[in-house]
Amino acid sequence: MPLRPSFSEEIAGLLHATHANPIKTCIQCGTCSGSCPVAKFMDYSPRKIIAMINADLKDRILNCNTYWYCASCYYCTVRCPRGIDIAELMYALKRYSIWKNQYKEGLVGPVFSETFVKTIIKSGRSYEPVLATSYLFTFGLQEMLMEAQTATNLMLKGRIPVLPPRIKRLENFKKVIQKIIPLGKPE
Amino acid sequence: MKKYAYFPGCSLEKMANSYHVSALETSKILGVELKELDDWNCCGATAYFHVDELLAHTLCARNLAIAEKEKLDLVAPCSGCYKNMYFASDHLKKDPDLAEHINNALQEDNLHFTGNIKVQHLIDVFVNDVGLNEIKSKVTQPLQNLRIAPYYGCQILRPKKDSEDVEQPRFFEDLIASIGATPVDFPLKLRCCGGALIITSRTTALSMVRNLLQNAINSGADVIATACPLCQVNLECYQKQVNQEFGTNLSIPIMYFTQLIGLAFGIPAKKLGVGTELVSAQPVLTYAEK
Ligand code: SF4
Ligand code: SF4
Repeated sequence: MPLRPSFSEEIAGLLHATHANPIKTCIQCGTCSGSCPVAKFMDYSPRKIIAMINADLKDRILNCNTYWYCASCYYCTVRCPRGIDIAELMYALKRYSIWKNQYKEGLVGPVFSETFVKTIIKSGRSYEPVLATSYLFTFGLQEMLMEAQTATNLMLKGRIPVLPPRIKRLENFKKVIQKIIPLGKPE
Repeated sequence: MKKYAYFPGCSLEKMANSYHVSALETSKILGVELKELDDWNCCGATAYFHVDELLAHTLCARNLAIAEKEKLDLVAPCSGCYKNMYFASDHLKKDPDLAEHINNALQEDNLHFTGNIKVQHLIDVFVNDVGLNEIKSKVTQPLQNLRIAPYYGCQILRPKKDSEDVEQPRFFEDLIASIGATPVDFPLKLRCCGGALIITSRTTALSMVRNLLQNAINSGADVIATACPLCQVNLECYQKQVNQEFGTNLSIPIMYFTQLIGLAFGIPAKKLGVGTELVSAQPVLTYAEK
């Protein structure tokens, strides 16, 4: 029987289209966590999450907020003494969790990302109000009011478009996407 | 006159229109032609890379291929767009199989990626292609005594590309000095604004914004200069929420570097999109009206 890759091997291999990530070489120095502006809001710091991947603690990782809280600032990446691309690793974990359709309850990140992708596939460009709507449905009342306040102020300053932007060669654009991911006939 | 394929990106269409108009106004004076990339599509922001890497690279590759068709280097004013397209180009060049896969799809739009153009951030074009001496020579209203905090944020510099200094860069300070203003020592200049966390993890992002605002104000800055629409929106449009959340009373205008350069060139504020901000830039204007 062929060996199944372990969780840590899967995650290491998910990085970049071009090469895998040397996460096994992590020396647990903590430089990444020390450079991370979000570490204190994460269930497990970047250093810890790497140790957990290497220990194959898949379920705990799939149920934590760490990678969804990563802001992709790449501070960890440029400083890691072992050349581990931690920021891209966080992306890989997000994709893994979307792929497995498993994430910690209450996170907005996955819904937001999926809505965003749908918007772009449909129109070729992103459109703030659609994104705001997905946001409004997922958040609590107070955040909703806060968002509405900002949105109204921006609208008054002419900074939110009224009509969603579209690219010109939308049909071609959809065909390109279809060649990458067969989605059935374009709508 | 050097010509570039200009990729405004989704935020510049409306949300960051002041960046767009000020970029165009100032480059005109500097003899740089920014020709909008024909029929560009969204670069995928960060969200796309969360879902599917291949598709994300395809989105970027389509834009790169359009620029190639016009034989122009691609310039993006948004740090996120810049980073995505720079690295998509880099990955595709290093991985011919990936490039072939994507090129096969791009055929549907009569496009082909070969990777023979450069991808640059707008501030790189200003600082390195145009040059600070040239910028200085066009200044008619030096912004004397205006104290500006240079906010680099993340993705202009990170991830690291070649030999650039990602720990102690100086080019933003030098740019500020070239228009007669004073760059302040802003310790958190490379710290993240929270990016898309402002939508997905609100409290976290607000606390990040708060730290940056506080740090810039403590550094004695009159205004924070940015080179990214996401940074600008996070730092400016959420000041009220930050104050509500943390019981603070922070207030500081956040302007694009192109707006500040424009003022120093004597371009009327209105033409630079001043007036559409939520935190008034009026105090800054007085420095340009001498
Ligand atoms: S900086 Fe690199 S080596 Fe150090 S703990 Fe983080 S991932 Fe491991
Ligand atoms: S890229 Fe993510 S994990 Fe790395 S320092 Fe930035 S926020 Fe933290």
